[in-house]
Amino acid sequence: MAECSGRPTTWKAWLAGKWYMDQAPGDYWRAVFTSPFNIITGIIICVGLVLTVVRFTQGLEATTNLTNDYPWGLWIGFDVLCGVALAAGGFVIGSAVHLFGMHRYHSLVRPAILTGFLGYFFVVVGLCFDLGRPWRLPYPMGAGYVVTGSNSFGVTSVMFLVGWHVAVYLTVQFLEFCPAVFEWLDRKTLRKWAIRITIGATVFGVILSTLHQSALGALFLLAEGKVHPLWYSPFIPVFFFISAVVGGLSMVIFESMLSHRVFHSQVAHHDPAEADRLVIGLGKAASVLLFTYFCLKWIGVADGQHWDLLNTPYGYWFLVEMFGFVLLPCLLYALGVRRQSASLVRFTSVLTVLGIVLNRLNVSIITFQWNLEDRYFPRWTEFAITVFVVTLGLWTFRFMVNRMPVLYDHPDYPPEH
Amino acid sequence: MNTNRRGFLKIAATAGVAAVAGPSDARAAPVRRISDDWLGMLTDISLCIGCRKCEWACRKANELGPPDEPIQDYEDMSVFKHHRRTDAKNYTVVNRYPPATPGGNPVDVKKQCMHCNEPACASACLVAAFRKTPEAPVIYNESVCIGCRYCMVACPFTIPAYSYDDPFTPAIKKCTMCFDRISKEGGIPACAEICPEGAISFGKRKDLIALARDKMRDKPGRYVDHIYGEHEVGGTCWLYISPKPFAELGFPELDTIPRPALTKTFLSAVPLVLIAWPALLMGAHAFTRRQEELGKDDKAKHSEKD
Repeated sequence: MAECSGRPTTWKAWLAGKWYMDQAPGDYWRAVFTSPFNIITGIIICVGLVLTVVRFTQGLEATTNLTNDYPWGLWIGFDVLCGVALAAGGFVIGSAVHLFGMHRYHSLVRPAILTGFLGYFFVVVGLCFDLGRPWRLPYPMGAGYVVTGSNSFGVTSVMFLVGWHVAVYLTVQFLEFCPAVFEWLDRKTLRKWAIRITIGATVFGVILSTLHQSALGALFLLAEGKVHPLWYSPFIPVFFFISAVVGGLSMVIFESMLSHRVFHSQVAHHDPAEADRLVIGLGKAASVLLFTYFCLKWIGVADGQHWDLLNTPYGYWFLVEMFGFVLLPCLLYALGVRRQSASLVRFTSVLTVLGIVLNRLNVSIITFQWNLEDRYFPRWTEFAITVFVVTLGLWTFRFMVNRMPVLYDHPDYPPEH
Repeated sequence: MNTNRRGFLKIAATAGVAAVAGPSDARAAPVRRISDDWLGMLTDISLCIGCRKCEWACRKANELGPPDEPIQDYEDMSVFKHHRRTDAKNYTVVNRYPPATPGGNPVDVKKQCMHCNEPACASACLVAAFRKTPEAPVIYNESVCIGCRYCMVACPFTIPAYSYDDPFTPAIKKCTMCFDRISKEGGIPACAEICPEGAISFGKRKDLIALARDKMRDKPGRYVDHIYGEHEVGGTCWLYISPKPFAELGFPELDTIPRPALTKTFLSAVPLVLIAWPALLMGAHAFTRRQEELGKDDKAKHSEKD
């Protein structure tokens, strides 16, 4: 029965070990309720819960500034579009390590996959606030046909693809993260099975990510004339895909920086010099990709023959995005790599993430319906719900990282390659 | 240092070329499926006097306002101060524009769903809630709608509206060309029925285009030489003729490509990715693994020699 040795036998023992992490429950809860971070985020979550009730009892008009001209606001522009793009790190690091043999980056796989999984999960949570009838979320998957008897498969829709892919990819990422869960629960056999599907799940994850990251851009192909021509291009699916890969890489860098500060006890055994080397490697990849992206964006402008629009207010804004948030981070990453300065690379990752957010907001909100005089600006409740959803994500991430072998290798389980 | 820079540029250039080669032209030729039997509407803007009776009749027919709403309420011309759009309570609105010639009558334009030949909303909907009926009207099935509002983003005329104020059963709201009324023998849309000036004609789309041409031929100089909706976005079943250029009357300037064609190229690339990616990725994986094995063998040999 060696297999069961580490497993607690009663639920009390289980709770003490797995939830309280072998602290006395009193001490645990005292620490939870007195940490300043928890108090601030706790208030955010309480406000968010109240607003959730308001949203689902009073409707979208009571909680958002959405109109018939601006059907998509902050919840789609930020929670969904930015959330998905910035959660791309899971598939990028996963494929680098498992498919392309870059085993050096192994220690980044689990945090990246956890971020990816939770990122997508909370994208769906955020989406539920925005959908008119979120309880019908499974309708495109066939439930619509079962419930209503009428056809509910919109196979001509890019949104249909996005819906299916996000659902399936969420499952794939959960499966990819399962080894950590089973190590935490000390389930050797289940873990072995979970490890076996790693390669398959990684390949499948790359396919799904390629398609739905670009599909989020392809959604806007139908908004020709509404998205400003400098941002609208037949290449927009490619733009979204490449920038998502950069966004994912940058988030992994940014997050490893935060993890080293917040969870320092868990990364105590990490060699800081090695961590710097990994970050510099990621920075190099991000720099090359950003340069590619920068060139492609200009090909988009050339393709549409929109050079004249550069000398307009929207044109200046486009130049700000292109030079301040694409070329500048590209050069800073390159400089950081050349000087072997991990801190410069880490700083640049923040700038890059902001650039991706700016791009998604430009396409979906800021330049959307650019020829209308009335502009959309989110209501405070929209910001509050967004912050609430992000905070829920942070809490979940922290809860799991504190308990499961994410940032370190479980002593009983050797790395899987 | 120099090699580093050259290496960087080389990688970037290769990646760039590969990425550009990917997407093909999204403006591929569309497939036309126009039926001669399709119904349609023709609005003669030169006849419209801006009485707004069509707005009243539309609200009554679609039960959008109070059941006994007085038609006199619609004599209020102050609404013309701003250009209005369709919303959840008004499937059609009339807007007023300056006269075509100085001193002439103002130009009033009725606005509603155009009932596209190849509707963007239908191609956008992930639950197939929109349907181009064999008769021509584009209608919406509320029972499957999840409320993502992508149809509103997709519509080139920005017509579909949403009942944001409804917390539990919000839905898309738009003109149905009075589908229920016209499905009955001899039924015609409420707006066409009430119009005192005969500005709105209902009939087969093919005949309405012929009617529009006749009007233009019979009254030279009265209309600009353009039937709006004949070719826009692949054609619409609601057509307009006008004494004033359409661009000055709030009509979007659109090309002749049906909107669904804009996403067709992307969607047809999906199966390619589904088939090609696993092959390429598994190939890469097999390659790296083989290299690692060879590396191990080499090491083993070296240690033997030592």
